[in-house]
Amino acid sequence: MRDFSDEELERYSRHIILQDVGIEGQEKIANSKVLVIGAGGLGSPVALYLAAAGVGEIGIVDGDVVDLSNLQRQVIHTTVDVNVPKVLSAKAKMEAINPNVKVTVYQKFLDASNILDIVKGYDFVIDGTDNFSSKFLINDACVLANVPYSHGGILRFGGQTMTIKPNESACYACVFDSPPPANAIPTCSSAGILGAVAGMLGTIQAAEALKYIVGVGEPLYNRLLTFDAKSMNFRNVNFKKNPKCRVCGGEGIKEIRDYEAVVCEAKL
Amino acid sequence: MKLTINGDVKEIKDGIVLSELLVIEDVEQPDMVSVQLNDEFLTKDTYATTTLKEGDEINFLYFMGGGA
Repeated sequence: MRDFSDEELERYSRHIILQDVGIEGQEKIANSKVLVIGAGGLGSPVALYLAAAGVGEIGIVDGDVVDLSNLQRQVIHTTVDVNVPKVLSAKAKMEAINPNVKVTVYQKFLDASNILDIVKGYDFVIDGTDNFSSKFLINDACVLANVPYSHGGILRFGGQTMTIKPNESACYACVFDSPPPANAIPTCSSAGILGAVAGMLGTIQAAEALKYIVGVGEPLYNRLLTFDAKSMNFRNVNFKKNPKCRVCGGEGIKEIRDYEAVVCEAKL
Repeated sequence: MKLTINGDVKEIKDGIVLSELLVIEDVEQPDMVSVQLNDEFLTKDTYATTTLKEGDEINFLYFMGGGA
């Protein structure tokens, strides 16, 4: 049990009056640890909303510095933050929103040598990365460490997300198997992204994390939510865990390894 | 025959295989999609030999690698 201060009770009052959250749910949020990988288009709204929600400990990972071209969508960073490490810029905003939250920064990029140790310490992970080698690496690490996570991908006017409970629900590789070949897939830097679409998808990921922590509702297990902001059509595609999945199936993976770093700057 | 493609019912000529549907549906780069036929994901080596039939449900799930 945790005794909330009067300040916290007031701050979280709109959560606490929610029948499905209540004081018990807010305690679960306060006792949870979430890792946000990427402090960019997806990571920005996720980190802001999780901090505001009062997640007890939030880890944030990014090895980059803020670039002027980030500011069209990466709303946790401001104009004066250009050239500042993204994790430090993000931490300052998260603590400004909610000083009750403990923010741990990892000013680095994740690879096979460090990801498992970091992921293991968290209850839930957010994939806010911008390349397939990282997305598949996160999936592998979360399956091996048995840590649930939210996959997110965005491109142009579209987004997709699914929530993965390793060894129970379908993983990213059950659906997409392995990274596409280099140059096959356009990315945000080469194909563009409507800034608000990053916000739409990131806030869905934040909601999924909070649902999981509180234990309310139906997470996006065994389904991929896709949307197209041009038509504003949302769709769920259902599937099952693939017993022959390369990562989480019968054989499965036994150790973590890096995928070839491709695609970041792929051209159409 | 009627096929449900990404949730929309479409009239498609009879007897085609999946790789022909990719062309009809303008999927220019098959590497860009994961294909689901009636709840099962297909491996790429079966696209040319998978004959589609009336009522099949097909989903093209596109890779989306952005996030930053």
